Amino acid sequence: MAEASSNSSSQTERPLSPHLQIYRPLINMVMSIVHRLTGIALYFGALGLAWWLFAAAHGPDYFAYVTSLFATWPGKLILFGYTWALMHHMFGGIRHFIWDFGHGYDLKAVDILSWGTLVLSVLATGLIWFLLCPAIGSNGSAGSPLSGGI
Amino acid sequence: MTMRTPLKSVRHLGSAKEGADHFWLQRITALANVFLGLFLVWLVVRLVGADYVEVKRLLANPLIALPLLLLVLSSALHMRVGMQVVIEDYIHTEGLKLLLLIVNTFFAIGVGAVAVFSILKLSFGG
Repeated sequence: MAEASSNSSSQTERPLSPHLQIYRPLINMVMSIVHRLTGIALYFGALGLAWWLFAAAHGPDYFAYVTSLFATWPGKLILFGYTWALMHHMFGGIRHFIWDFGHGYDLKAVDILSWGTLVLSVLATGLIWFLLCPAIGSNGSAGSPLSGGI
Repeated sequence: MTMRTPLKSVRHLGSAKEGADHFWLQRITALANVFLGLFLVWLVVRLVGADYVEVKRLLANPLIALPLLLLVLSSALHMRVGMQVVIEDYIHTEGLKLLLLIVNTFFAIGVGAVAVFSILKLSFGG
């Protein structure tokens, strides 16, 4: 929020409120931090989606080159991480919607919602990559960023 | 030295009239992204193993291209307001903060423009 940072000379040393390192990590606090981190990851991950679309628009040769990069192990690792970040951020967002409507504020509900975000994101990521699996390695002609040999 | 809080000095001067806009844009695009994001997942799963001709044909289909365009626009807006909050939370040097906020806007528009251009070219570029 807005604070006057300019006149540092006249600033007095006031006691600060306890910060992160004071508290024992709780699941809702960890999920809150992860929500922000996955948001940042997806921000830069959007470059990948734009690049993939650009490659498709550019032509078959460049598209084959880009998809072959996505099909390498580091490429797949990034895509796997992107999938999980997307799922975690989505479930985290839905959790925030529930809170926005004034529900789920008692401690038990907060714990359930926070753990739910983590568990559902892992399950959803697993499901998506299970669906992707049969096609991975089956076909040399690269279409989706995930095709190409394992 | 004044003992007044910053709040006191702005009271009765009227609101900036856009207090809830940021929050609202963030939530509206978030809601859209739930559906559009799931659509993207479906699309990627659908395209696994497809060759270039098939990819091009599918991305040029209006029923694919339109939600993809909406996803890009909604995501670009969502990315921008999200990263804006991150910058405002952690960067306290006024000049650097301003610079990063501008870079953030350029990044969101740039990535969005590349994606939109590509989708349109796939649809209309022959």
